[in-house]
Amino acid sequence: MDGFGVTAAFWGLSALAVGSALGIMLARSLLHAVLWLILAFAGLAGLFVTLSADFVAVAQVLVYAGAVGVLVVFAIMLTPNSQTGNSETRMVGPGLFVASVVSGIMVYIATQTDWSTAARGDFPATALEIGTALTNRYLLPFEVASVLLIAAMVGAIVLVRAARDEPERRELAGEGEGEVNTAEAAGREVVAAGSHGGH
Amino acid sequence: MNVLANWWDLRSLANPVNGLLGWLRDKGWDEIAYIVSGSIGAAAIGLFLGVAMLALIWVERRVIARIQIRRGPNRVGPQGLLQPVADAIKLMQKESLTPRLGDKWVFWLAPLLLFIPTVLTLGVVPFGDGMTVADLNVGVLFIIAVGSVMPLVVFMAGWSSNNKYSLLGAMRTIAMVLSYELPAVISLLSVVVLTGSMQLGEIINFQKDHNTWNVFLLPLPFAIYLIASLAEIGRSPYDIAEAESEIVAGYHTEYSGMKFGLFYAVELANALIIGGLFAVFFFGGWWTYYLDVIIPSWVLFFVKMLLGYWLFVWARGTVPRLRIDQSLKFSWQFLVPMGLLNVVLVAFEVALWYQLDAPGIILAPFAVINWLLTAGLIVGYVRLLKLEHTQTPRRLTLTEDVGIVTHVPAPSAAGYSAAGGSPA
Amino acid sequence: MSVSLEHYLVVSAVLFGIGLWIALAKRNAIIILMGIELMLNAVNLTLVAFNRFVTLADGRPALAGHVFVIFVITVAAAEAAVALALAVSVYRTRSTVDIEQIDLLKR
Repeated sequence: MDGFGVTAAFWGLSALAVGSALGIMLARSLLHAVLWLILAFAGLAGLFVTLSADFVAVAQVLVYAGAVGVLVVFAIMLTPNSQTGNSETRMVGPGLFVASVVSGIMVYIATQTDWSTAARGDFPATALEIGTALTNRYLLPFEVASVLLIAAMVGAIVLVRAARDEPERRELAGEGEGEVNTAEAAGREVVAAGSHGGH
Repeated sequence: MNVLANWWDLRSLANPVNGLLGWLRDKGWDEIAYIVSGSIGAAAIGLFLGVAMLALIWVERRVIARIQIRRGPNRVGPQGLLQPVADAIKLMQKESLTPRLGDKWVFWLAPLLLFIPTVLTLGVVPFGDGMTVADLNVGVLFIIAVGSVMPLVVFMAGWSSNNKYSLLGAMRTIAMVLSYELPAVISLLSVVVLTGSMQLGEIINFQKDHNTWNVFLLPLPFAIYLIASLAEIGRSPYDIAEAESEIVAGYHTEYSGMKFGLFYAVELANALIIGGLFAVFFFGGWWTYYLDVIIPSWVLFFVKMLLGYWLFVWARGTVPRLRIDQSLKFSWQFLVPMGLLNVVLVAFEVALWYQLDAPGIILAPFAVINWLLTAGLIVGYVRLLKLEHTQTPRRLTLTEDVGIVTHVPAPSAAGYSAAGGSPA
Repeated sequence: MSVSLEHYLVVSAVLFGIGLWIALAKRNAIIILMGIELMLNAVNLTLVAFNRFVTLADGRPALAGHVFVIFVITVAAAEAAVALALAVSVYRTRSTVDIEQIDLLKR
């Protein structure tokens, strides 16, 4: 299966993903870090394509680059005072040490193990097979995942919901508030209690 | 695609291309064939985009002018046909300003990146019989996924301008796109459930095999997708984010020169692509009730695409702009529940169809049922939400909707000025 | 040269390491969350790579890797939503998302 195209794509996309991941670390502005993160997600989606996992690649772009990216952007806009810096704590040296040790151990294991790989033909259409698997063999996890999503959605709405009588913050996030209010409108019937445990 | 097609059979432009590629492969030049096929695809998309932009600017301005009882551009060239070229030259000559305190790189990148979703979407659109650059088997999901990157680019443009109007416009656009992505996806889900495939070619083949257009079977998803896609590409009546007559131009306030031209061009191209997707999902794509035997399939597709685009221009010329809260409310309270109900209905019908192992003619009663249920659902839901009165203009409805003025007893003689001057 | 399973595993390990570094060293809670997402993505890459290069005993194509990745993506999306909501609500009470200043329990 490995023509020149796949090899070149692998090296290019790997460089893109790793470089963008380093970009998150090195970027001075929070927004730049988010953009690097999204680029890393895109590179990983490309790597999934080289592994002939089309459905997973598209899901990756949809969920990570699209949804999670927008979520993170909104979160950064809703916490405006901390907008400028992407600075590190004192743990930068120890963190690098721990991360390289963990990473080194994994690289060592990956290269030293004799994986019993088997060359296989291309996987023409994974969407249908994944759908069949999800609704037959993995039905219970599938349903549990949907319950988890509902719980997470309701939880997120409860957490960020502003009390009715509290004057809302309106600094930079003017229309961001509108988004939160939309989410409220969608979940109003399921949310009974207010959220202000902190007050 | 017909395997036996001759290379000179121009009913599908894929035939000459395949003839050329087959000839190259016969010579044993597989690599060259590989490169040539890729370049032809890229060149076709590039050519299409270039021609479409220039043509659409003219179409848009002329049609809008017709609707507004004006003449529109008619000086440059015959019937003003060269007006888009003049516009482009003017935009290129303009100075391209960059805000000094803005983020220079992101500011530069945003208009370029905005093209990526557009070009990638064009890659999976079947322009005719077999005329797809890459007919992915997850095509529908691909289109949705690629489109979901759009808000981020809009945000990049708005944030890097270092201008609060740009940022507010970007946030409004994102809120709008996110709210309307859901109904768009749900309505496409109905199509996918009915046709049993996410591949655009297969969706067309389903309509061809069953001698029907999806719009007859799925009227409600059609309406929802029409509205949602209008909002997603930010065209009127959902252009509050860049309402040029009320607030400044939204997220591309700070852009000038050709960079602004790129935003404008992408908006037009997106509208045209959505028109094409309409044709694929609901109007049989290039297949048109045996008409495609005589007329080239790509001509039929372009006609449908332009009709879809014309619908958007029509909407822009006639429908008044919605406020942001009205449009978001409409999406969450009306489109999403309607779409979900319809998915359940379609899934039930398809399950029944497979269960009974019935012939394709069973789609006819389904169509009748779907149309009746659509009418019933819309009327019932409007009654439920008590929306009907907002259609008849009364005094102070605007302020009543927002909740500023709850109720003002109508003064018998003083009229509007007194009521408007003193909100209770 | 062709691309083998080890290549993907090494890329994934490097990405995991970078994600870990971000999660350990950064000051902003939202950036830490981004590091965690990156680590999850590295694991996804491993799963898909194993799914691609390893066949089941009876020769059928394995799907468990893909299905697992779908679940990981689902859970990661839910996690991102809740964690970012937490960050926003912490910001509302403390006016910061700097993890070094959120130290009420230490005092």
